[in-house]
Amino acid sequence: MLRMILAYCVTTAVLAIFVYMGLTEYSLRAAESGERVIKITAHKFDYTPNEIRLKKDETVVLEFTSSDVDHGFNVPELGLRADVLPGKTTRIRFTALKAGKFEVHCDNFCGVNHEEMGGMVVVE
Amino acid sequence: MTMIDRRDFLKLAGLAGVTFVAGTGCAATGMGSSSDEFHFVQLSDTHWGFTGDAANPDAAGTLQKAVAAVNSLVEQPDFVVFTGDLTHNTDDPKERRRRLAQFKEIVSQLKVKNVRFMPGEHDGSLDKSAAYQELFGATHYTFNHKGVHFIALDNVSDPRGRLGEEQLQWLQADVKQQKTDTQIIVLTHRPLFDLYPQWDWATGDGKQAVDILLQHPKVSVFYGHIHQEHHFKTGHIDHHASKSLIFALPAPGSVPKRAAINWNPAMPYDGLGFREVEFDKSYANIEIKEYPVKRG
Repeated sequence: MLRMILAYCVTTAVLAIFVYMGLTEYSLRAAESGERVIKITAHKFDYTPNEIRLKKDETVVLEFTSSDVDHGFNVPELGLRADVLPGKTTRIRFTALKAGKFEVHCDNFCGVNHEEMGGMVVVE
Repeated sequence: MTMIDRRDFLKLAGLAGVTFVAGTGCAATGMGSSSDEFHFVQLSDTHWGFTGDAANPDAAGTLQKAVAAVNSLVEQPDFVVFTGDLTHNTDDPKERRRRLAQFKEIVSQLKVKNVRFMPGEHDGSLDKSAAYQELFGATHYTFNHKGVHFIALDNVSDPRGRLGEEQLQWLQADVKQQKTDTQIIVLTHRPLFDLYPQWDWATGDGKQAVDILLQHPKVSVFYGHIHQEHHFKTGHIDHHASKSLIFALPAPGSVPKRAAINWNPAMPYDGLGFREVEFDKSYANIEIKEYPVKRG
C-alpha cells in the first residue's frame, strides 16, 4: 500500500514538473522571439486589464486565466476567442491585422451580471 | 369564423400590429377555410423576476397582462410557445426554482392548455438547465401539428451558447426523416445565424444547424433573445425574432452598448408584445401578426 502511495506521489510530481517545464519553455520561446506576453485575468464580471492595446501586425501571446468561474473572451471582429477557465492558462498567439477599437464580450454565461462583462482591444 | 373573416375582423378592430408574410409558394387566395389552417402564439423573454423601474416599472405585472391579452384573442390559438428566458437569471438555485414555478403558475391561466416551453440562457445557462428540466421537462424535442413538424432546439444549456455535437446529430437524423413537402418550424432561443456576435446574438455552432436545415426545402425559424422583432433570411430559411415581454433592446449595433431601452411613460409597454403565426391550408404562406401587451 505504501509503495502504491509513493508511486502515485512520484508520478504526480514528475507530471507537474513536466507541465511546469512545458509552460516555462513556451513562455521562454515567446520571450526569445521578442513576442510580448499579455496576461489577462477574468473574474465576475470584468477582465484585468480591461483594455488591451496592441500594435497592428504585432504578434503577441495572450495568456488567459480565470480567478473564479468559467468565462469566455470573444472579439468577433478580430476572430479572436478563448475559453477562460479557473486553474488553467489558455495561451493564444495572436496578430491583429487591422487597426481600430474592438469590443470584447464574455460568451460563457457566468452569472447575474454576465451581460455587463466586456472589455476593449485597441489596435493602433 | 373563417381565416378570412378573422383577418377582416382584426383589420376592422385595429387590433393586429405589423403583418409580415413569409413563404415561398403562391398565396392561398380562393382556397377558403380548412381544418388544416391553424395558428399558434409565440411569447418570448418574459424574464419573470426581473426588477428595474427604468426599463419596466410593471415588471411584476406585464406577464399577467400578456396572458390576459392572449386569452382575449378572438380566435384562440391551437397552441402557445414560449421561446426562452421565462425567468430572469439568479445565482441562487432555490430562487431560480421559485421563479420558474411562479412563471408556470401564471401561464397556467392561459385558456389554451397546449403550451410548449424552452429555456433561455437566463433559465438554464448557470445549471445546464437542471432546474428548468425539473419543472418543464426536455430542453429539445419535436412535435407534429396538423402536418407541420416542429423542432425545439436548445442553444442555451451549454453556457457557451452552443447546441453541441449530440444535438446536431439528433437534428440531422430528424430532418432526414421528414418528407420534402413537410413544413418544418424550428423554435429556439438564440438566433441560429450570426446576427450580431459582438452582443452575443448568435449561436456558437449555429452555422452547422443552419447547414442541416438548408437540406430541407421548407423551414422557418422562430426565436427570441434579442427583445425585438427582426426578420432575416439564410438561403431559403426565414428567421423571425420576437419581441420581449419585459423590456426592449436596441437594434443590433445601433448603440455602443447593449442595454435595455428605458420605459416611456408616454407610451407604456412600447416595444413589448407577442405574435400570432398563421398557416394557410397549403402552408405555402406563413403570416405573422404582432400584438402589443395591452390591446385596444
